[in-house]
Amino acid sequence: MNRNGNTYTVLYAAIMVILVAAILASVSMALKPQQVRNREIEKKQSILASVNIESTPATAEKLYSETIVKEYVVDVKGDEIDGDAFNIDLKKEHAKPADEMHLPVFECQTKDGIKYVFSVRGTGLWGPIWGYIALNDDMNTIYGANFDHQGETPGLGAEIATTAFEKQFIGKTIFDDNGKLYSIFVAKVGQEAPIQHKVDGISGGTITSKGLQKMLLDDFTRYEEFLIKKKS
Amino acid sequence: MSEPLFSKKNLKLITDPLNNSNPITVQVLGICSALAVTAQLKPAVVMAISVTAVLAFANVIISLLRNTIPNRIRIIVQLVVVAALVILVDQILKAYVYDVSKQLSVFVGLIITNCILMGRLEAFALGNKPWQSFLDGIGNGAGYAAILIIVGFFRELLGSGTLFGLRLIPESLYITNGGFYANNGMMILPPMALITVGTIIWVQRSKNRKLIEK
Repeated sequence: MNRNGNTYTVLYAAIMVILVAAILASVSMALKPQQVRNREIEKKQSILASVNIESTPATAEKLYSETIVKEYVVDVKGDEIDGDAFNIDLKKEHAKPADEMHLPVFECQTKDGIKYVFSVRGTGLWGPIWGYIALNDDMNTIYGANFDHQGETPGLGAEIATTAFEKQFIGKTIFDDNGKLYSIFVAKVGQEAPIQHKVDGISGGTITSKGLQKMLLDDFTRYEEFLIKKKS
Repeated sequence: MSEPLFSKKNLKLITDPLNNSNPITVQVLGICSALAVTAQLKPAVVMAISVTAVLAFANVIISLLRNTIPNRIRIIVQLVVVAALVILVDQILKAYVYDVSKQLSVFVGLIITNCILMGRLEAFALGNKPWQSFLDGIGNGAGYAAILIIVGFFRELLGSGTLFGLRLIPESLYITNGGFYANNGMMILPPMALITVGTIIWVQRSKNRKLIEK
């Protein structure tokens, strides 16, 4: 057969595409359950990390069931509603109008008492960033934080997922002295903000740092009513 | 096929890309990823290993298919092979070594667009036997790896004072702790990667005169 003829070329392309598609589709289907499980374990590890509990993929499920005493869903008015907190997809929730949003809350029993873990999600430089913030039962002081990202630049924006960065949040407060929501300021060198609300941003990762700041403000605002209700 | 597997000619396929025909410093391919992932040593090493693996296998597959590929769509065929391999690798990593796959997340796309892959498939695998193509893939991967690791070494050491995330320059020497030393913040920004690669090219050419263009 003429290797440069149209028939050969079209047939070749068609067979190649079908073959490759079949291989990739079957590999993807075969590996899916394992991948979903990995993601669930990772999520449990992240929630545990936000209350400063280290876990490995092997110990995560046991520690999670021991630590998380209650999972529930709240709306922006701060009222508890029905729903499965663990499987909430914040990306979908954030796309809804404010009064239809479902926001997850995880109550954790730690050695320092009950902590409340909130789920946050926003945008970095290249893609989504997300994380979990644990607050003390004063609903103001941060007990721990854990962040992750999809594709921030390694060594720059991706540094938000390091312990060195996350540790800075411990002990910071999100409400100012007048009880108004301030959230956390992620500062560039030279930028000033009250020390109890300020953490240092990442050099060379300014857009990611500012994205993180916006994410915290946006999501604390969504949880604000719940925080105020719980505090009083 | 009387030629031994590691004949002098075949070994040259591995050693040449390390120096005389290095994909980055001589052929100037794959520069973009060399700049993007070398702020720290660890991602540089992971990227180097992934590119080498994908390059070697893509070379073998294209070489096996070389007598059947229609000339007019050969670039598309190459692209499909590379993309399929990368997705396959990514899926397997996600299922069995989840933490490594998280490290790789951003690089997976970069591997598909890495010009070294297309360059080697087009220039070598299309005209050579599978074994030679495999060696060529390993060789060029190693040549790429060498440069990435050198650049990553200097950028992480001078930019962050660490290697593989381990502290090398003691904290006590830093100005903030009463010492005299400060990290060079420029090193972690992409322009310094370009300058580092430029310096490597300069050193290489002053040692190896035959690379200098007339």
